[in-house]
Amino acid sequence: MSALLSVTDAHVAYGKVEAVRAVSLEVGQNQIVTIVGANGAGKTTLLSAIMGIFPLKGRVAFAGQDLARLEIEDRVAMGLGLVPEHRELFVTMNVEDNLELGAFRIERSRAKASMERVYTLFPRLKERRKQLAGTLSGGEQQMLAMGRALMGEPKLLMLDEPSLGLAPIIVADIFRIVTELRTAGVSVLLVEQNAQAALKIADQAYVMELGEFVLSGKASDIAANERVAASYLGFQHEGASGL
Amino acid sequence: MNTTIMLFLLQDGITNGAIYALLGLALVLVFAVTRVILIPQGEFVTYGALTYASLAAGQMPGTTKLALALGMGAFAFDLFAARKALHGRLILRSVLTNIVLPAIVLALTVYFAAQKPPVAVCIALSLVIVAMIGLFLYRIAFQPLAHTSVLVLLIASVGVHLALQGLGLLFFGAEGQRGPAVLSGSFTAGALRFTGQSITVYGITIAFIVGLWLFFGLTLYGKALRATAVNRLGARLAGIRTTLSGQIAFLLASVIGALSGIMIVPITTLYYDSGFLIGLKGFVAAIIGGLVSYPLTAVAAVVVGIVEAFSSFYASNYKEVIVFMLLIPVLLLRSLAAPAVEEEKD
Repeated sequence: MSALLSVTDAHVAYGKVEAVRAVSLEVGQNQIVTIVGANGAGKTTLLSAIMGIFPLKGRVAFAGQDLARLEIEDRVAMGLGLVPEHRELFVTMNVEDNLELGAFRIERSRAKASMERVYTLFPRLKERRKQLAGTLSGGEQQMLAMGRALMGEPKLLMLDEPSLGLAPIIVADIFRIVTELRTAGVSVLLVEQNAQAALKIADQAYVMELGEFVLSGKASDIAANERVAASYLGFQHEGASGL
Repeated sequence: MNTTIMLFLLQDGITNGAIYALLGLALVLVFAVTRVILIPQGEFVTYGALTYASLAAGQMPGTTKLALALGMGAFAFDLFAARKALHGRLILRSVLTNIVLPAIVLALTVYFAAQKPPVAVCIALSLVIVAMIGLFLYRIAFQPLAHTSVLVLLIASVGVHLALQGLGLLFFGAEGQRGPAVLSGSFTAGALRFTGQSITVYGITIAFIVGLWLFFGLTLYGKALRATAVNRLGARLAGIRTTLSGQIAFLLASVIGALSGIMIVPITTLYYDSGFLIGLKGFVAAIIGGLVSYPLTAVAAVVVGIVEAFSSFYASNYKEVIVFMLLIPVLLLRSLAAPAVEEEKD
């Protein structure tokens, strides 16, 4: 099976500091893949570089095509979506305009149907559709950021710390929606500090530390590995049944 | 001073203020979308005005050749940027907009200039010529620098201004020109006399502001432009090309500049370098609006126009000084009210 996204030997430098070193990863069709690791491990940098925000040395292929010379906008048009850590919403515009712009590269006729799907996924956004994005709560902004990315009909959605700063009940909601996306045929690459929650829904997982992948494998295996849990993920194991 | 003089000055001030408002709005738009402080805005005014005046006088304006030359430059840039992946369709589109279009306009200009065309044709040709110049300038001078700092963009902007001013002298000579009124005739209402031209200025300004408002509020491209201004990275992640937004912003700015010039040139004699001062007054209004607020800019522009009218009556030697002094208290107040703004990171 050829992977939807495959990254081979990627290096990303922030000025002189190499924030990501020799990283390779694959995301298959209909898969949720997660990258877990502590703050500052280079996860956000890696996602941003895959999206084309930072230059990346190495090979990134998406849907069989090399992305090297493509701008961010072209990657979006190919079906690669990113919900960035800071969400980057159009705060002075209302919810509906934010969503409409998410479908900027999609035919107008399909955009209407896309919006209905997003509203079904996030009924809260429909209630607030005339409200300015900047006045939404943190959870609603995260939903809007995800909704806007979904309006572009991505084949692969990359989520950067979607749970950051949100109440547990909303986090649960967002993780439930991520699993629904997989059922709807959207692959997900999920970067999370909340490793426990991420490993629970993911198929494959990579553990990142100081810019390198130190471990990879099936998410359930990694979650069950006590040594990993203690040394890399920063949580004490509550026994396999807890996961 | 009696009421009649005051009314006259007010009327004069509002007419000029309306034009400054258009220019100020264009400056705010271009800055918000591209971070370029558009110093050459004044040259768009002169080019529009003098192209219109030359055409109306049956002369061939040099700007139309400049448009073709810049178009060729823009095409070369496109070709260079696409050198690694030559897409037939992209190249064809580039040839059409950068070479075929200005060539057609050049041919039309040659054809019409020989036979003293009607006012409407002069206006249309002038607008198209200046719009193309604005679009190609963005491609050549600003798009390659799009990722640099505001300061670098400002320096490029000053360079473009100086180059265009020099070319203006070459094209139109050192003598001033006047153009025919867009709408002739006049009528009186009480003590005031309205010329067809001042009515045109009010009408076009209001129509343009309403049009811009509708464009930004209702159309997808208008919203995309606003989105780029609000959050550049967010817009790119939604698939909106920064270059597309920049092109639309420059297109609008050059059309607004040229239109302002065409409205002014029947009232005042314009020289190749008059645009700079006119553009600066739009700039004063834009600064008062903090380079972000459209309504504040429009109101400030009318105030600038009125202050200018009154100071040219009382102390005409000092009228520019008085207008630009308006900036000092505004900047002081702004710097006290808000701490220094960090430059946006991309």
